[in-house]
Amino acid sequence: MTTFSQVISEVGTLLSGPDPDLLEIVWLSLRVSLTATLLACLIGLPLGAVLGIKKFPGKTICTVLINTLMGMPPVVLGLIVYLMLSRSGPMGFLQLLYTPTAMIIAQFALVLPIVTALTRQQIEDNWGEYRDTLTSLCVPINQCVRTLLWDSRLSLLTTGLAGFSRAISEVGAVIIVGGNIDHLTRVMTTAIALETSKGDLPLALALGVVLLVIALIVNTLVFSSRARIA
Amino acid sequence: MLPLVIKQLGVTVNNKPLLRSIELELADKGISIIMGHNGAGKSILLKCMHGLLEPTEGSIHWSGSKATSLINRKKQTMVFQKPLMLNRSVAANIEYVLKLRGKPKNLQEKYMQSAGLSNKSSQPARSLSGGEQQRLAIARALACEPEVIFLDEPTANLDPDATLKIESQIYNASQQTIKVIMVTHDIAQARRLADDVVFISQGSVAEHSKAELFFNQPQSVAAKEYLSAYIR
Repeated sequence: MTTFSQVISEVGTLLSGPDPDLLEIVWLSLRVSLTATLLACLIGLPLGAVLGIKKFPGKTICTVLINTLMGMPPVVLGLIVYLMLSRSGPMGFLQLLYTPTAMIIAQFALVLPIVTALTRQQIEDNWGEYRDTLTSLCVPINQCVRTLLWDSRLSLLTTGLAGFSRAISEVGAVIIVGGNIDHLTRVMTTAIALETSKGDLPLALALGVVLLVIALIVNTLVFSSRARIA
Repeated sequence: MLPLVIKQLGVTVNNKPLLRSIELELADKGISIIMGHNGAGKSILLKCMHGLLEPTEGSIHWSGSKATSLINRKKQTMVFQKPLMLNRSVAANIEYVLKLRGKPKNLQEKYMQSAGLSNKSSQPARSLSGGEQQRLAIARALACEPEVIFLDEPTANLDPDATLKIESQIYNASQQTIKVIMVTHDIAQARRLADDVVFISQGSVAEHSKAELFFNQPQSVAAKEYLSAYIR
């Protein structure tokens, strides 16, 4: 009980005054996760739609592979991105390791399979309904992709949210490629991990509550925009 | 584009023949009605003619060229029994086709008027009633400015008022030199609209004759039985 009262007190403290350090962490968390999600949507939505519509040899293998990548452990992915970006890695010359850009790359790689797989399923289901009409109207394939993406926009918002939730809540990948450097690459999840390892559990839990509040705000904003884009 | 010439057309699915040795020639004007029992192969024949389904044997030609060629496909459209409404407004459904065919946006109003939906232009198309959705689907198909329009039971499950409105839309289209090829089970509707009737029985053409002849003196046994069941 003491711990919970301490958590509530910590949450109150964190939310009552504009702590510049906390704001910086929150802002970086949002910047990294939203950028990674937007980039993943930019590629994953059309890619998933094409996979859902087109028939080609090896489609089943592609689908199974992408579905499998949804379950990729963030730590393993972080390690792969780390090896790619490390000085001796193929992209080492870019000197991105321990920067927010590296964290965006890692989260992008984590979110992309989720967005692609969920979009593919959604579009494939809708394609069954749309195929005859769009084929009858002689709609070219790229236009079919655009039509289905637009018509499925409400369901795909949820797909985007699933991707964002995965990005904002993961810690394994960003801690490896970002390094949890104060004022540079520290985000909410890495800060929680740090406070936990320091034994300051009330602060760690309070940061967790703040993270949930941020996720709630983003979800509320997206949900309220559904009516406008419907 | 027409006439439509079908030679030795056959469709077999899972070793089951659905259409067999169809020989048919349709004129370039008027309304041709395809009739027959459930499962006779009417809708499959319609899809083959439109190029949505590749026949396993035989050929379909429009004015000497293959029906499935893109040039021919762009001259025809099809309206399905359960029309698909794009997830957007009534006006946007028409605009989608106009844009696709490179036609000016201001034609939108003309087609919405023809469907009697001008006052519902900003309403989501999926919120329309069944009859209104079908009228919009026909207007959308007509916005392609086709030479031929295929209709697969467009008035199935609609009330008499909605049916009459759609029939009027179909009749007006045929008066604008658009060839109409339509499947229906409704004999009264066929009587009202048809110029000629193709009767399909067990995957084959049992009879193709002028509407008046078909309804007054059907030549095939299958058509006689079908019509007598209706009269009873």
